[in-house]
Amino acid sequence: MMQPQEQATPPAIQVDRLYKSFGSLKVLREITTEIYKGEVVAVIGPSGCGKSTFLRCLNLLEMPTSGKIYINGEEITNPNTDAMRIRQNVGMVFQHFHLFPHMTVLNNIAYAPMKVKKVAKEEAREQARDLLGKVGLGEKADTYPSRLSGGQKQRVAIARALAMNPDVMLFDEPTSALDPEMVKEVLEVMKAVSDTGMTMAVVTHEMGFAREVADRIFFLDGGKIAEDAPPSEFFTAPKSDRAKQFLEKML
Amino acid sequence: MITLLNTSLDRFSDTFLLAQMNLDFSRIMPSLGFILGGIVVTLQFTFLSAILGFFWGTILALFKISKFKPLYWFGMAYTSIFRGTPLLVTLSLFYFATPQLTGYDISGFQAGVITFSLNSGAYVSEVIRAGILAVDRGQQEAALSLGVRYKPMMLDIILPQAIKNILPALVNESIALLKDSTLVSTIGAQDLLRRAQIVGAEKYVYFEPLLIVAVIYYVMVMVLTLAANYLEFQLRKSG
Repeated sequence: MMQPQEQATPPAIQVDRLYKSFGSLKVLREITTEIYKGEVVAVIGPSGCGKSTFLRCLNLLEMPTSGKIYINGEEITNPNTDAMRIRQNVGMVFQHFHLFPHMTVLNNIAYAPMKVKKVAKEEAREQARDLLGKVGLGEKADTYPSRLSGGQKQRVAIARALAMNPDVMLFDEPTSALDPEMVKEVLEVMKAVSDTGMTMAVVTHEMGFAREVADRIFFLDGGKIAEDAPPSEFFTAPKSDRAKQFLEKML
Repeated sequence: MITLLNTSLDRFSDTFLLAQMNLDFSRIMPSLGFILGGIVVTLQFTFLSAILGFFWGTILALFKISKFKPLYWFGMAYTSIFRGTPLLVTLSLFYFATPQLTGYDISGFQAGVITFSLNSGAYVSEVIRAGILAVDRGQQEAALSLGVRYKPMMLDIILPQAIKNILPALVNESIALLKDSTLVSTIGAQDLLRRAQIVGAEKYVYFEPLLIVAVIYYVMVMVLTLAANYLEFQLRKSG
């Protein structure tokens, strides 16, 4: 939805020759790319190709073995950079939600703004209520997460990440742990988030979502970005055989 | 109240087998108040040691999951030493060695609280460490991804969940503390057991006062157990 911008504003995310190994296992081999402000990128590929690891490197939940990552022009892989400060601006949504089970839904959302950004309690709760309304769960404010369905939990998790007003949102297989009938409600919320102009990187198996919402598709294979194309191009005319095989299985 | 108890106990021992044991509570009845006063001492002692031991144990647990090696080794060595020595030995060491080394005289009660806190900390730290490690790693990742730093993450997110999971084990530890508190009677602190012994020595009747304190200990342990069950139930409701 947004064209790559001129050099004046740096890309929201810039990745320069990123490598990541776990012991002798090389998971990511030289990933170099940029994601511009407001872009939605769907990261797809066969399992074990490094999709999640790539995403987790972007907020330093995994430390890259080598290479550089810049968020809004700031190098986050520099050892002197405060990872915590960077993470405040990079929201993440997990496959298994990871809501805080001992806090109410409202406190789940209001906690980080209060603790990390020192937002006043009333203001944080007000904002949390507002976000809950936006994800369609206004009436669940005082419920504990254990009482929610998977789809509801994930919507709360999205609200929790948004409460920090991040510049970038990362989604790590957000619908993979959900019952099929709950996938749609989460995807709709994600689409609404993308409509606000949020920069998003989404690891997903939902080809329909990728095709409809994403501006670009990253097809990862063997720890590399094998293809980087708009969905119209990728889904109709994939360049590599691997991508063709993958799409045959998925569609 | 006491006379009522006395008469009912008399009736009890008249009508049942206890009569054949020659139980005679009447001789120690004047000292009953003195014995019951030991409840306060015992509870104070247990409560103080449990609280101090819990805080110390939490700190030790954090040492033991620390990536900073000296803290890790300190925590491990500390636990090993306190778990590897009999409580009665460390208790006597603190009571008798402290005046010799520092010139300060400490009361049996003080020596007891210090020793029991340090000892309990070693045991509790293992429980808390296991509890922390049992909290889903995703909780930590969620906190990190929101930019929450180590201290608030531990205090607000990880520890509350860890402690909820290990609550039964913590209560068992405080029950063990309550029962082990009888050891301080050996260094002159006037706890329940010590008072029963004093009364026994005065009146030349040992069975009755000891029987009374045994029942009191049992009741206290049961109350603690029931309270714990209730607490656990309440916590489970919150998911």
